Amino acid sequence: MHRTRPFDHLILIIGAALLVLPVVVAFMTSTYTAAQIHTGGLQILPGGNFTETYSKVLTQKGGFTGQITGARMLMNSMILGIGFALGKIVLSMMAAYAIVYFRFRFATIMFWVIFTTLLLPLEVRIMPSYGVMSQLGLLNSYTGLIVPLLASATGTFYFRQFFKSIPDELLEAARIDGAGPFKFLIDVIVPLSKTMIAAIFIIMFVYGWNQYLWPMLMTTDESFFTLMRGIKSILQVWIGSQIPDYNEAFALAVLAIIPPVAVVVIFQRWFIKGLTESDK
Amino acid sequence: MTAISAKPKVQAEPAKRVQFDNALLPWLFLLPQLAVIVVFFYWPSVQAVQSSFFIEDPFGFGSTFVGMANYADALASREYRRIASFTAVFTVLVTFLSLAIGLLLAVKADAVIRGASAYKTLLISVYAIAPPVAGLIGMMFFDMHIGPFVQMAAWFGWNMQVGLNYFDTAFAMVFVSVWKQIPYNFIFFLSGLQAVPVSVREAAFIDCKNGWRRFRTVTLPLLMPTAFFLLIINITYALFDTFGIIDVMVKDKPANNPITLVYKVYNDGFRGNDLGGSSAQSVILMVVVFALTIVQFRFLEKRIHYG
Repeated sequence: MHRTRPFDHLILIIGAALLVLPVVVAFMTSTYTAAQIHTGGLQILPGGNFTETYSKVLTQKGGFTGQITGARMLMNSMILGIGFALGKIVLSMMAAYAIVYFRFRFATIMFWVIFTTLLLPLEVRIMPSYGVMSQLGLLNSYTGLIVPLLASATGTFYFRQFFKSIPDELLEAARIDGAGPFKFLIDVIVPLSKTMIAAIFIIMFVYGWNQYLWPMLMTTDESFFTLMRGIKSILQVWIGSQIPDYNEAFALAVLAIIPPVAVVVIFQRWFIKGLTESDK
Repeated sequence: MTAISAKPKVQAEPAKRVQFDNALLPWLFLLPQLAVIVVFFYWPSVQAVQSSFFIEDPFGFGSTFVGMANYADALASREYRRIASFTAVFTVLVTFLSLAIGLLLAVKADAVIRGASAYKTLLISVYAIAPPVAGLIGMMFFDMHIGPFVQMAAWFGWNMQVGLNYFDTAFAMVFVSVWKQIPYNFIFFLSGLQAVPVSVREAAFIDCKNGWRRFRTVTLPLLMPTAFFLLIINITYALFDTFGIIDVMVKDKPANNPITLVYKVYNDGFRGNDLGGSSAQSVILMVVVFALTIVQFRFLEKRIHYG
């Protein structure tokens, strides 16, 4: 039907190279020493300093208080990513279940109360959100890091769309068999939603892992720093230093890239399905 | 991200023909979500609106009601207008370029057979990179000492000084922001293209030999719903999600560098301790986002005709 022309491949190769090369260069450069980079520029071939750079970044205690290692930041990012994704799935599945499967007063109003949150991103209400967190005493805690990010309806929206596509006959059959709301949720809805849950988990994990502004405001105690926060502080140290630690900054960036990219690439099919289904 | 993907078919009738009747249970299921939303969404949003009408004493001794003065100050200030116009230009450029390149790559990836999945994986992989990481990598590529892009620009006699020169910094910011957003648009365009039925493609191919015309008259109209959805998403991306890129690239020294409105909200609020002014700016942004969402809802109602 359609003849492939070499020109198509050329554009794709250039596009893919432009997108991926910077990441490859970031990784390759991180395997050199700071002085080598300073004189030789960015690198595209592997250098000999891989073990040194990464073991230093992962284990050396840095920061002003000397408390935080790269490994610790990796762990904090993991806690934020997984905690956020799990929290989102539990909260939004329950809420969507209530909205779709129950007849109750104010259902429509509750629907709007929840879905209005889609309108305003966290960035525009960042100051007062910070104020609320400090009033509640949640600064510098994992709760404070994760829970406020859950205040958006994206997940609820995905699940609502999905639940609505489940045939009504299932509920009718389940009720004839005498299943109550809890039994129906656990035995029918959850197993049916497996793929959906996986897709949302991936999207939300990436979203949580990649959070920047919120962790930056919420955490002044360095033991709660995530990798994103660590990237900011490594740049702050640069100002005034002789040869900036290019290699360490790149190594930190590579550490911050690997988990979300790996998840997206490995679970590509689910991820794309989940992402684009929301649009349907 | 996909913050505003709400659909218009938000209706009053129940979602299902058969439903459970129970007075208490639905509230139990809703409770956690509602609690989080009330405490961390509605409460701060109300506070933002409220404090936008006050001037906070910098030493914490109460605040004075000033009516619309904070809004007037913001809108009248030359700096605010300069940043607003930069934000507008930045948003238009980032949105247009990332949509155009994403579409181009998606069309090509849809056309090739050999290596299609390899291209797809490569093009998607960059999606998961966080904005500040993209900013960091971009900063290195535009670094005055080691950046290859600066060296390339020098071949053309362009003495690029990212971080010092306003235009050069803006250029680098747009470049990095587009780079980061292409995979997202690519994913959506590609799945939109692959949803076009084979019969339609074949019919179009028989009717029209000219590839470009076929694209313009058949493929593009079929992609319009996706494109419009992406337009809104990309605008919100350029307005809000690029914060990390900008913060990393201006290296904490926004002084003479281009910044966007969201960055100014943060800067005035947290650095300048101007809570009232920052809140007024937040509310202005809320209005902008609100208007965008209404546009999206109205359009999406129409797009149902596309099926």
